[in-house]
Parts: sequence; structure tokens; C-alpha cells
Amino acid sequence: MTQAAELPAWAALLAALLLLLGAGLTLTGALGLLRLGTFYERVHAPTLGTTLGIGCVLLASMLFFSVLQTRPVLHEVLIAVFMVVTTPVTMMLLTRAALYRDRREGNDAVPPAPSAIGAARPEG
Amino acid sequence: MRRWLPFPLVAAALLAMWLLLNESVSPGAILLGGMASLGACLVLVALDPPKGRFRRLRVVLGLAVKVLAEIIRSNNAVARLILRPGERQRRSGFVLIPLDMRNPYGLAALACIVTATPGTVWVEYDSTRSTMLLHVLDLIDEAQWRQIIKDHYERPLMEVFE
Amino acid sequence: MSAALLGWSVLLAQLMLGLAMACAAFRVLRGPRAQDRVLALDTLYVTAAVLLLVFGIRTGSTLYFEAALVITLLGFVSTAALAKFLMRGEVIE
Repeated sequence: MTQAAELPAWAALLAALLLLLGAGLTLTGALGLLRLGTFYERVHAPTLGTTLGIGCVLLASMLFFSVLQTRPVLHEVLIAVFMVVTTPVTMMLLTRAALYRDRREGNDAVPPAPSAIGAARPEG
Repeated sequence: MRRWLPFPLVAAALLAMWLLLNESVSPGAILLGGMASLGACLVLVALDPPKGRFRRLRVVLGLAVKVLAEIIRSNNAVARLILRPGERQRRSGFVLIPLDMRNPYGLAALACIVTATPGTVWVEYDSTRSTMLLHVLDLIDEAQWRQIIKDHYERPLMEVFE
Repeated sequence: MSAALLGWSVLLAQLMLGLAMACAAFRVLRGPRAQDRVLALDTLYVTAAVLLLVFGIRTGSTLYFEAALVITLLGFVSTAALAKFLMRGEVIE
């Protein structure tokens, strides 16, 4: 932490707050992975880390480097954009895969396939 | 114009990405990034994606603000649910929601919004009956969720994409 | 004073993220089913990216940003491929 001494107090405080908030939310999401009972409940937990968790840390990083280098450092926006676009896709794919597996095994806890044709269709 | 710049929005987004990655707005970076994004758009023409339209920027901005507020609110709600000590009466379950929207881009945007919000996950879409299956972590009232999805997200998305 | 506060916050954030990775790793080992493991692996990826960003703040170097970017992209591709594999039993059809 050699550079932090050059940071004005307001930026250091704000960055510290954002860091703790982001890390805390990510930890809460990971704890949810342990605490929640079924897969379909657990799928909701990591979303905490992938939305506000990483968002707060990215904001802290942007603030820290922008103030430190006295120029706008915005490339963290790229990670935010990638996360926004990719996380829902992986979550949906994973949920659908889980639903497909549960249906194939005749698990009662999941809703039945919308139509017999829909379930047997190779692509979906 | 249409021939040389078939996807203006995609080209602009790619150029912005290039400039952010290079961390410079020098003429050289803009020239190289512009050429790369134009080339990528020409490749996209060969892939022939389905036609879509994107309009009413004000609706888009309003929707973005609403989604951000909803993400912050449900982050708080889900964090409370996880951290609350001991088991309590909480019911999670699936909700079947009929949709009026048919546009694939609109449906994709709706899926991303719903899944990015903690507490709700888009599970599947049945194109023959045009219904979506939603999984909700803290399900209290199914009719309320149908109303929320239709009023808050589907209507503005239909204005933007259809 | 504020610099020391930021230093301690960075340390605390790293500890919390390490704990989060431990939770996710436990779920990867524990299962019980394949989809649980893949979900936990995805969480592990994202947490690693966040941890790298915090490392970047700690050292004041922007090099960590590229590593975090690569991790998020690779994590997306691998999770998508694994989900596809769970559904079909093969990745490329």
C-alpha cells in the first residue's frame, strides 16, 4: 500500500467502503451456496457477487486509479459489461441443464415439460 | 451508407471496446479500432442475424435506471434471506408467465434482466405457447410476479424492440 | 490515517474473498450433483476475478486488470461448455 498515502482522504474512505461492501456481498453469495437447500435455490446466491459484488469492487478500482493517476481510468467498465452480458447466459444454461436432468430422472419437484414435443426435441 | 455500415450500433460498441482496452483516444487507436469494428460488422453480415430494431432511447434509459434500482433492492433482500439465522418459512418455486412479446431480441433482454436480478432466474421459454418459466427464491404471490414482469419489464421492452 | 484505513479495508476484503472462495470450493467438493459443482466453479471464477482486482488496488498496478478480464472471459466459456455438457453429454455436436 505504498501509493495509498498519496490519495486524498475522501477517495480513500469511499474506496474502502466500496471494497468492503463488494467483498461482503460476494462472501454472502458464497455463503448462500452453502446454506440454501436445493439447487434451484442455490442458483440465486452467486448473483449477489456477480452484480453488486463485482460492481462495487470495480467502482472502487476505477476511483482509486483515476484519483491516483489524475486521469479517468475507465477500462474496468469492460469487465462490468462482460459480466452483465455473460452471467445471465451461464445461469440460464445451467438452470436449464439442471431442469433437463431432473425431468429425465422423473423428479417430482420440478414442473413437467411444457409439451411432450418440447421435451423430446433435440434442440431447445 | 447501409452497405458500408450495416450495423451502426454494433460498430460503435466495438469501437468503444477497442478504445477502452487500449486506454487511448489517439487518432491511430481510433483508426485501427474503426477498421477492426467495420471488418467485424462485415463478418456479421455473412452470419445474417435476424432483423431487429432498437429505438426510443428515453424508454431504454428509464428501464436501465429501474433495473439498477431493482438489482440494488433485491441484493439487499437476498442477502438478508441468506444471513438470517436458522430456518424459517420460505417458499421458493416456479411461476409460469404468459408473454405477449415475440421479438427474439426483446426476449433475450428480458431473460438477461430477470436473471441478473438476484432472487429470480429465467428457466425456459416455450415458443409454441409463448410462456416463460421463472424461478423465484422467495415466492409469496404468483399473480404479483406475473404483474411485475409484465408491467415493469415486458411493456417497455416491447416499446423498444417491436 | 485514511491510507491506513484503506490498507486495512483491502486486507479485510481479501480475507472475505478468500473465505468466499473456500465456501465455493467446499461446494465444488461436496456436490451433491454435477450442476451444483459447476455452479460453485462459476462462483469460484468470479470471486477470483474480484480478488485480482483487489490485489491491483493493493499493489497500485493496473496489470491485474488484464488477468481479471481474462478470468471472467474464460470462466464464461468454460461454464457454458460445462452446462452444455450436462445437458447433452457432449460439448460439440
